[in-house]
Amino acid sequence: MSAFLDRVGRMDRRLIYVAIALAVIIPLVAGLTFPVITTPIVQNIFDKLDSLPEGSRVILTADFGPSTVPENMPMIQAVLRHALHKKLKVYLLTLWATGIPQLDALEQNVLAKDFPDRVAGQDWVNLGYKAGNQGVINSAFSDFPGAFPVDSKGHDVRTLPIMEGVKRIADFNLIVCIASGFPGVKEWIQFGGDPAHVPVAGGVTAVEAPLLYPYYPRQLLGLMGGLQGAAEYEAALVKQYPEYASRSEEAIQRMGPQTVAHLVIIAFIVLGNVAFFTGGEWRRRRT
Amino acid sequence: MTLGPWLEMWIGALLTLMILSFLFRDNPFYRFAEHLFVGVSAAYWMVEAFWTTLIPNLFGKLYPPLVAFALPALAKNPPQVSRIIPLLFGILLLLRLVPRLAHWSRMAMALAIGFAAGTNLVRYLESDFTSQIGQSIRPLVVSEPAFSLGGTVSALVVVLGTLSGLVYFFFSKEHKGVFGKVSRAGIYVLMISFGAAFGYTVMARISLLTGRMEFLRRWITQGFIFPG
Repeated sequence: MSAFLDRVGRMDRRLIYVAIALAVIIPLVAGLTFPVITTPIVQNIFDKLDSLPEGSRVILTADFGPSTVPENMPMIQAVLRHALHKKLKVYLLTLWATGIPQLDALEQNVLAKDFPDRVAGQDWVNLGYKAGNQGVINSAFSDFPGAFPVDSKGHDVRTLPIMEGVKRIADFNLIVCIASGFPGVKEWIQFGGDPAHVPVAGGVTAVEAPLLYPYYPRQLLGLMGGLQGAAEYEAALVKQYPEYASRSEEAIQRMGPQTVAHLVIIAFIVLGNVAFFTGGEWRRRRT
Repeated sequence: MTLGPWLEMWIGALLTLMILSFLFRDNPFYRFAEHLFVGVSAAYWMVEAFWTTLIPNLFGKLYPPLVAFALPALAKNPPQVSRIIPLLFGILLLLRLVPRLAHWSRMAMALAIGFAAGTNLVRYLESDFTSQIGQSIRPLVVSEPAFSLGGTVSALVVVLGTLSGLVYFFFSKEHKGVFGKVSRAGIYVLMISFGAAFGYTVMARISLLTGRMEFLRRWITQGFIFPG
C-alpha cells in the first residue's frame, strides 16, 4: 500500500491528463446526462424575462469570444429563444471585437432557424460591435443611437422601427449581459444598470462567477455561473416551454462529462493528499 | 458541407491538436499555433475597430459622403464638425511612433486617462463601494414575509464573514486574544472563498475541454468526407 501511495505521489502528470480526457470523452460519446435543478439565482432571470409584457425592450450582449463559446453560447441562445418566444424586442450587441462572430452565429442558429417570421429591425436588431469598453456604455447611457449609429448591416438605426422611443439606456426594461471578462457584467452594472435603474442579469464563465456574486441580489437580478448556470436556464426554459427540448439542451448534455470529470479530479485530490500525508514527503517536510 | 466550412473545420481541428500537444511537451507545432493565434488576434482586433468604430463613429459623422462606399445609409447625414476634436487627439496619440514628436501624444493620453479615471471613480465608488456596504447591512434574522432559517443563516454568514475578513486585513493591532481568533476565522473565510474560486475555475476549464472534444468528435465524423 505504502509503495503504491509513494508511486501515486510521483505520478507522471501526463497520466492525469489522459484520465481527464477519458473522463470527458467517454460520457460525451455515451451521451450521459444528469437531471438539472434550477437554483433561485438563475430562476430569477427566467422569471423576470417571463414576466415582461410583450414588446418590452431587452439588451442582450455577447461580450465573449470563441474561447468561451462552450460556456457562454448555450446561455445566450436560451435567453434569446426565451425573449423571442415572449415577443420581446431584442437589441443584440457586443463590446468585444471577437463577439461579432457570436452574434452572427445567433442569427444563423436561433433567429433564422427557430424564429424565421421575426423581422430584423422591427422585432430584433443586431447592433454589432463598438470599441471603447465601458466608455460605450457610458455614451449609450445618455445617447443610445449615438453610440450605435448603424446596425451590423450598415442601416442607420434612426430609420429602424425597433429604435422608436429608444434614446437612452433607461428606456430599456432589462439588460442581459453574457460575458467572459472585461468589459462584461460588472461594467454593465456600474455604467448601465445602476445609474439608469435598469435591472441587469448576467451569464458568465465559471472563472468569473465568484467575483460577481457580491452584486446579487440588489444590483444583479440573477447570475448564470458557467456551464451549470447555462444548464439551469435551459432546464427552466424546457420545463416551461417543452417545444425547445430538442434545441435548447446543449449545456444540459455537456454537464454529463463535466460531472464525471469533477469526480475524477476529486478522486485525484483525495489520492494525492493521502499519498502526501502517509508518504515520506510529509515527514521529510516536518523534520 | 461545402468546401469553406470543411476547410475551416480542418484548420480548427489541426490547430486544436497543435495546442493540445503542449500537454505532452513543448514543441514547434505548439509554438506555431501560439504565434499564429497572437498575430491573427492582433490583426482581427485592429480591422474590426477600424470598420466598426472609426468608419461609422468618426469618419461617418465628420464627413458622411466619405463612407458612402461602405455605409450608404449614413451618407445623407449632416457633417458634425465637432468630430475634428477626437480625430485630432487620435493623430496626437499616433505621434508616439515619431520619437521627435512623441511628447505631443501625452496630451491625448492625459485626456484619455483623466476621462477614464473621472468616470470610473464615480461609478466604482457608487456601485462597488457604497452599494456593496449597503448589501452587507442586512437584518441578521430574516423574518419577512415569514421566518426563513436559510435566509437567517445566509445573513449571518455574510455579516460574520465580512467582519472577520476585514479584521484579518487590519494590521494596526496585534492579532492576539479575541482579535486574533476573529482574524483566524477571517483566514478560513478567505480560504473557503479561494477554494470556491478554484472549483469554479476547474469547472470552466472542463467546460472548454468538453467544447473542444465535441468539435474534434464532429471533425472525426464529418471532416473525412470530402465535400462533393
